Amino acid sequence: MSPTVVKRVVVAATLVVLLALPWVVNAYAISTVSRMLVFAVLAVSVNLLTGVTGLPTLGQSAYFGVGAYTGALVATTLTDVGPVQLVICAAAGALAAAVTGPVAMRARGVPFLMITLAIGEIAYVAAGRLDFITRGTDGFSGIPPVVPLPGMEPLRLDGLVYYYVLAVFLLLFAIVAVLLRSPFGLALRGIRDNEARLRAVGYPTTAFALTSYCIAGALAGAAGSMWTATQRFVAPGDMGFQVAALALLAVVIGGVGSMWGACVGAALVVLIRDYLGGFLAGQGPLLLGILFVVVVYTLPHGLAGVSWPRRRSREEVSA
Amino acid sequence: MTPALEVRAVSQHFGQLKAVDEVTLSVAPGTRHAVIGPNGAGKSTLFALIAGTLRATTGHVLLDGEDVTSVSEHRRVRRGIVRTFQHSSLFLSQTVLDNVLLAAQRRAGASWSMLRPLRKRRDLVGEGQALLEQVGLGERHRARAGALSHGERRQLEVAVALGCRPRVVMLDEPAAGMSPAETARFSRLVTDLPSDVTVLLVEHDLDVVFGLADTVSVLHLGRHLLTGTPTEVKASEEVQQAYLGAADTSELFRETAP
Repeated sequence: MSPTVVKRVVVAATLVVLLALPWVVNAYAISTVSRMLVFAVLAVSVNLLTGVTGLPTLGQSAYFGVGAYTGALVATTLTDVGPVQLVICAAAGALAAAVTGPVAMRARGVPFLMITLAIGEIAYVAAGRLDFITRGTDGFSGIPPVVPLPGMEPLRLDGLVYYYVLAVFLLLFAIVAVLLRSPFGLALRGIRDNEARLRAVGYPTTAFALTSYCIAGALAGAAGSMWTATQRFVAPGDMGFQVAALALLAVVIGGVGSMWGACVGAALVVLIRDYLGGFLAGQGPLLLGILFVVVVYTLPHGLAGVSWPRRRSREEVSA
Repeated sequence: MTPALEVRAVSQHFGQLKAVDEVTLSVAPGTRHAVIGPNGAGKSTLFALIAGTLRATTGHVLLDGEDVTSVSEHRRVRRGIVRTFQHSSLFLSQTVLDNVLLAAQRRAGASWSMLRPLRKRRDLVGEGQALLEQVGLGERHRARAGALSHGERRQLEVAVALGCRPRVVMLDEPAAGMSPAETARFSRLVTDLPSDVTVLLVEHDLDVVFGLADTVSVLHLGRHLLTGTPTEVKASEEVQQAYLGAADTSELFRETAP
């Protein structure tokens, strides 16, 4: 079998498993998988900046929070139709990124990381203080169940919410996949590899990096909307430093630059934190720490960097 | 005729050091103009000033008679002046083809396109492949740039610059580290460039310079020494002194001009 056939088989098998899941596992497990998918979108957003554009970030939790609270507000005051919430939340995330991004764009590397960390922390504190919007540290409750398309029934069962989240996830993943294959995607990888040279080829590189930042903000905002739809409750803790750090951890585990790797990494992180951690009397963070150390030592390029014999032979041909 | 490129009394000071000191040059359209000089003469700094990587402390840079002194580097590229780098500066994790496509898609105005897959843009891919053939890397299009040998990277460097379809192309020590065969191939490449493309060349290998260039400028210790035909430059006493360091090396250590 050629590598493309193998790839297609793996993709098809994954889709079948994802579609069959609600029929096989219990409600708690399926809501955990829903959270994995939400977290996967956030990890894809972090990876677009960190892995593709070469801008390591700890600030995507801010735009995730903007999306989650926007989703809560839209759901309670405007409409319970999911796709409408999704678009508004993505726009809110992009707008927040467009306002805060130029500050971060002044730096690269570790200073950029520090500025995004500050953005994340400011957003976290703001979420706790701006009572009149976020209802403060009590959290935003009373969010109605999501309606997938106008005219349909609200989704009350975890299994049905899961299908909504899965559909949104696949849509966003496809959009990012298209983006990465486009000329724009190549330009972003050019920034990561050699920004000075890209400028010497005639690119306004800061404008490209800022656009990437806004797209990542939109993705994080969309993830926030998915979060609101699954949890129907939003609190400042949903957008704290831990969320940003775990998203970056998911990207490192998955293999920086690989989108499917980031998704698998996100699933692993949520599995350990929410599922296995529950069995081990709250030792989830410890397990995550061990996982991180093991991955960094044994898989320096993450899960996506594991080369199968077939892939290696292709690289040798081209080398 | 308006010069393709003109620098008027440009200087670049790094603190006390005058890396480039009031240099004035004029490059006629279509010429193959070489800039030579011993180490520390200010050749690479002059290149950076012309390309816009550095902003000149004083003086002016003119492209086709238009002052571009305050124009940013990427906008100068759009006006048709493109440089290569002394130490290969490429996109190492991308394929060889993607390296030239970055230049080709920008020139075609397609780099903001987010939907259509790049590989489906047959016009761009064909153009990229043709560029690689032109520099002798046609077979290597699928290799990662990081896997290329030093000589191949120099060739790719030139292909990326040509992908911008420059009117003025600046080559910073293109033959450095090339084998004699690669150097010969490179010389042919420059000779075969369309005659309306102006070439400005910094090179240490004087055989290459005198084989290619129709005009040669000599820099020494940041200052312009003379400009002339290869024959004139070869015959110049001053130039020989600069290269052999007959009397002058002490100037390198003098703090400022007296």
